[in-house]
Amino acid sequence: MKFYKIIDHTADMRIEVSGRSEKELFANAAAAIFDLLCDPEQVKVRMTRTLIVAGMDRVDLLINFLREVLYLFNGENLLIKKFSVTILNGNSITAEARGEPFDPGRHAIKMEIKAVTYHQAEIKKTREGWRARVIFDV
Amino acid sequence: MSEIKLEKMDEYRWKVPVHGGMRVPGIIYSSEKLLKEMGKDESPRQVANVAHLPGIVKFSLAMPDMHWGYGFPIGGVAAFDPAQGVISPGGVGYDINCGCRLITTKLQLADIRDRLQDLLTGLFRDIPSGVGSTGVLKLSVKEEKKVLLEGAKWAVENGYGTAMDMETTEDRGRMEGADPEKVSSRALERGREQLGTLGSGNHFLELEVVEEIFDAEAASVFGLEIGQINVMIHSGSRGLGYQICDDYLARMVKHVQQIGLNLPDRQLACAYIGSDEGKDYFAAMSCAANYAWANRQMLMHWTRESFERTLRRSPRDLEMRLLYDVCHNIAKFEEFPVNGKKMKLCVHRKGATRSFPPGHPALPEVYRKTGQPVLIPGDMGTGSYVMSGTEKAFRETFGSTCHGAGRVMSRAEATRVSKGRSIRKEMAERGVLVISAGKATLQEEIPEAYKNIDEVVHVVHEAGLSRKVARLRAIGCIKG
Repeated sequence: MKFYKIIDHTADMRIEVSGRSEKELFANAAAAIFDLLCDPEQVKVRMTRTLIVAGMDRVDLLINFLREVLYLFNGENLLIKKFSVTILNGNSITAEARGEPFDPGRHAIKMEIKAVTYHQAEIKKTREGWRARVIFDV
Repeated sequence: MSEIKLEKMDEYRWKVPVHGGMRVPGIIYSSEKLLKEMGKDESPRQVANVAHLPGIVKFSLAMPDMHWGYGFPIGGVAAFDPAQGVISPGGVGYDINCGCRLITTKLQLADIRDRLQDLLTGLFRDIPSGVGSTGVLKLSVKEEKKVLLEGAKWAVENGYGTAMDMETTEDRGRMEGADPEKVSSRALERGREQLGTLGSGNHFLELEVVEEIFDAEAASVFGLEIGQINVMIHSGSRGLGYQICDDYLARMVKHVQQIGLNLPDRQLACAYIGSDEGKDYFAAMSCAANYAWANRQMLMHWTRESFERTLRRSPRDLEMRLLYDVCHNIAKFEEFPVNGKKMKLCVHRKGATRSFPPGHPALPEVYRKTGQPVLIPGDMGTGSYVMSGTEKAFRETFGSTCHGAGRVMSRAEATRVSKGRSIRKEMAERGVLVISAGKATLQEEIPEAYKNIDEVVHVVHEAGLSRKVARLRAIGCIKG
């Protein structure tokens, strides 16, 4: 099963992500951004970046985390193949992002994501684990 | 489905009555026909949400191209009292000073009919476009800060266009109050390489031919005639603007909690206009607005050069003149009559165009009699409308009108329904040549994903928010 799906939203793009644990949920949400941006198959692991992010509550933490994740591409020109969350406690997260610098010769960018929005963002516990919804401005 | 009950006020206005924590009513400008489509999303709820914000004056407004945004609806207009009101990054949007400009030429369709492909190929080569596109300059931070302070003036002083262009740019292409020290290093970094790029998504450069004139007198003042070739450029402040919005939203989400302001949606995060947070945001937002004006000024300059090169004609021969440049994502301090008194207000236009009446001092001399030229771009390949600003908009909607067609279909849905179709070919059959940096963009931007521009323009014309001057048909389009 794919770890996220796109749900319709008129102006922008809303995704629903799932994970067996909260850690996996956060990692999957981050991976979804890069799955939308590019084909992760084309991305090699050449470097690791550690992200440490804080938030006021769990939803705020998720949005802040995804803002940092998106900045890896929008600000630092990196493409990420794999995310893993090492620490998730209280309202802070530590995660590792593995990938390489964007190379227009080898990588095709599928779409532009301008920003991660707070609008109707949610995290829910489900029978199978966890589910989150986030809207991107595209 | 939205649960909001709308009360019909007249043929083109619907009221959102005050309920819950709303401080003022909402008014949606629409027709029965457009309203049916609107009912499908949550934008009426968003009009109500905006009415919760402190210091909102008179009404929370929405234009007929309204659709579901985040926080504020796209097509939303709201004005706030500087003494007790707020400013909200979500009320401006991520693409600060996204806007468009229309360049007229002396060319007739017959002059370029068989050169159209060459013109487009040349423009596509000369104007950087596409996701994350970078320009030909990489500015030093020092130089970039000058752009943020001076806007279109910086571009003109650096050889992109002439001082005449600034005369016909909203606010002469420069907002007072910009302070580059309020812009984060991240935003500066993102802005450094993207100046002079079109971008992607709904941004475009389009060749359009004047097809119909509704107001001969205004058209003549605007320099428009039937069969004439014009160029419409739609772009904004690129990554710099997105980053400024993002930075300040995060700061204001925290701030709202600290001051204990209760909002129906986090994306409505805001700060009092007089607070440090509010002042800093306005100073940073003004920087992005100036950057966008410099950007469009450069794109226009290269458009002129590209025309000259391809057609081997002199600037005097082509006479490519900037008719006007408008921004449609912005917050500005402007004066309006409120309860019989003149009041300075902080007007947010998120997907709405300024529509100032004849005689307004903000207009250049040449347009004092006609009112402000209002540029309404349609969706990809349909063309645009040129309208003029009105006294009624000044009184009713804080001098605002619609900004475009407005989406009715999500990008995912558009991609689904257009699967397997050659959009390029379909557009060619309709008489529009399209060159695009990304294939996905074309699928997402298919014409049926948008409201009918004719209907949207019909509503603002009939409601008196702006008057039809001319309709332009697209013949060639470059999509980012």
